[in-house]
Amino acid sequence: MSILAVLEHRAGAWNRMSFEALTAAQQLAREMGAPASAAVLGSGIEGLAGEIAGKQLDRVYAMEHELLADYTPDAWSLALRQLVESVKPTVVLFPHTYQVRDFLPKLAASLGRVAVSDAVACRVVDGALLLTRQLFQGKLNADFRFTGEGPHFASLQAGAWRGDQLAAGSATVEKFSPCIEATDIRTRPLELFRGSQRTVDLGSAEIIVSVGRGIKEAENIPLVETLAQAFGGELAASRPICDAGWLPMERQVGSSGQTVAPKLYVAVGISGAIQHLVGMKGAKTIVAINKDPDAPIFEIADYGIVGDLFQVVPELTEALRKAK
Amino acid sequence: MKIVVAIKQVPGRDSQLRIASSGRWIDEADLSYEINEPDAYALEAGLQLKEKHGGEVIAVCAGAERVLPTVREALAKGADRAIHIDEETGALDPLASARLLAAAIRGEAPDLVLTGLQSDDLGYGQTGVILAELLGVPHATIVMEVEAQGGGIRVKRELEGGWFQHVEMPLPALLTIQSGISKLRYATLMGIKKAKTKEIRRVTAADLGIASAPAGIALDRVYLPERTKQTQLFQGSPKEAAAQLVEKLKFEARVI
Repeated sequence: MSILAVLEHRAGAWNRMSFEALTAAQQLAREMGAPASAAVLGSGIEGLAGEIAGKQLDRVYAMEHELLADYTPDAWSLALRQLVESVKPTVVLFPHTYQVRDFLPKLAASLGRVAVSDAVACRVVDGALLLTRQLFQGKLNADFRFTGEGPHFASLQAGAWRGDQLAAGSATVEKFSPCIEATDIRTRPLELFRGSQRTVDLGSAEIIVSVGRGIKEAENIPLVETLAQAFGGELAASRPICDAGWLPMERQVGSSGQTVAPKLYVAVGISGAIQHLVGMKGAKTIVAINKDPDAPIFEIADYGIVGDLFQVVPELTEALRKAK
Repeated sequence: MKIVVAIKQVPGRDSQLRIASSGRWIDEADLSYEINEPDAYALEAGLQLKEKHGGEVIAVCAGAERVLPTVREALAKGADRAIHIDEETGALDPLASARLLAAAIRGEAPDLVLTGLQSDDLGYGQTGVILAELLGVPHATIVMEVEAQGGGIRVKRELEGGWFQHVEMPLPALLTIQSGISKLRYATLMGIKKAKTKEIRRVTAADLGIASAPAGIALDRVYLPERTKQTQLFQGSPKEAAAQLVEKLKFEARVI
């Protein structure tokens, strides 16, 4: 029995979620009494592999290949399949990044397996691994278990494990040279680029007032904008608001927008889909105003008002003005 | 361009969900259903590509008879015909779903297969990618734009934290489409009328030669999430609730 964590980096810079997956692998290894290892893929990755060798792990597989210089789902899936077939881990853990979403289902399917994607917790019950994931945009939870022989694949939600609690140690770096031909890669990735230039830095805002679908119409946005002004905070939004063009993309909080951790986050008419929560659950104090008492946003809110935002928001704006 | 769009029907966004007595799925009685939102954008992307390059759009949907209104809506919006895989899907795992879809799609030999990046019910975000693997075609996920280019396509993918990337690939290919990339069209009266004459081919798993296979994962239990925080809720009139909230933010949380 063994655990393997597959780590992610972009051009030599770690994706921080890699350390969360590594922490989960270490925890699971302790609980299951099994060794944990890590895999790094790329071209010119000795430095990265060496860095990870300083953690409490059995091995670090350095998967070096010139065709792994740029990410492609074909090369990643092929290389990792070869590693999995060779070292036969029981459980393979990934950070649930956009990149992992792009290749993990293919990798698992190529081995006749299904990955448990976007897990938020795991525990060992009677020697078997139980993974929790969210259904219906966070309205329900479900426990999943693997059946049959490994390899068992799972990806872990951002922030569900802490990346700063890695146990130090010393691991053996083992080179693994996958067989990849240029003809195996059917897609051609081009340069990465950023969207529009940012003029708002939500990351440094101490107070953020964020608006979601509950606002119904673009014409109603000023209502929440006025509330943000009364708080002395920045205005932000969940994805549907920016998709509709009611607010610019740079004000979007969530997995596809910005990740923020202000002193105060006020969610107005935001139900709290996972994609939004991962972008703001690090806020110190969270306030939710929503008409649906079962909205997932209330699970992480410190303070809440269940009610019609069109009645609550003007009253709140007024109360803030009086309090100052 | 021959385009297949795989669509799924899911409970409406504001549904009050109840857990089934089995404890392993939701009680599906009395729920209202709608098209999975990301799939609506996949359909829109397919219809726009057809308008630009000609060809055909075929909607494929797996599920019990209740999915037919969603299939008809896709036809009313402009899909040319549809394939209905008449099987209870419920909490079916994404490999099993993709096997059904692949068997139904393979015979069509499409140039492009489109689907939403994830479903609003199970939310695995895997079916499209697995489908590409089963069909043996290249793929790209979380796609925001699609352009035909030579004999292939060039797509704009969304990455994390405001980054994007263009990716080129030959056809046939599969793309999972991001929500919100364009405005969704409404079905017109003419469209709804026309849809009535369009073909919906019904197939079953048995017709497709798909036997249920061990999935490798099992859903043990569905339950309400435990609250990780104790939320203080403020009651009373909006005015009273707002006053209490400001009081707490000022003197308890001390954030204003």
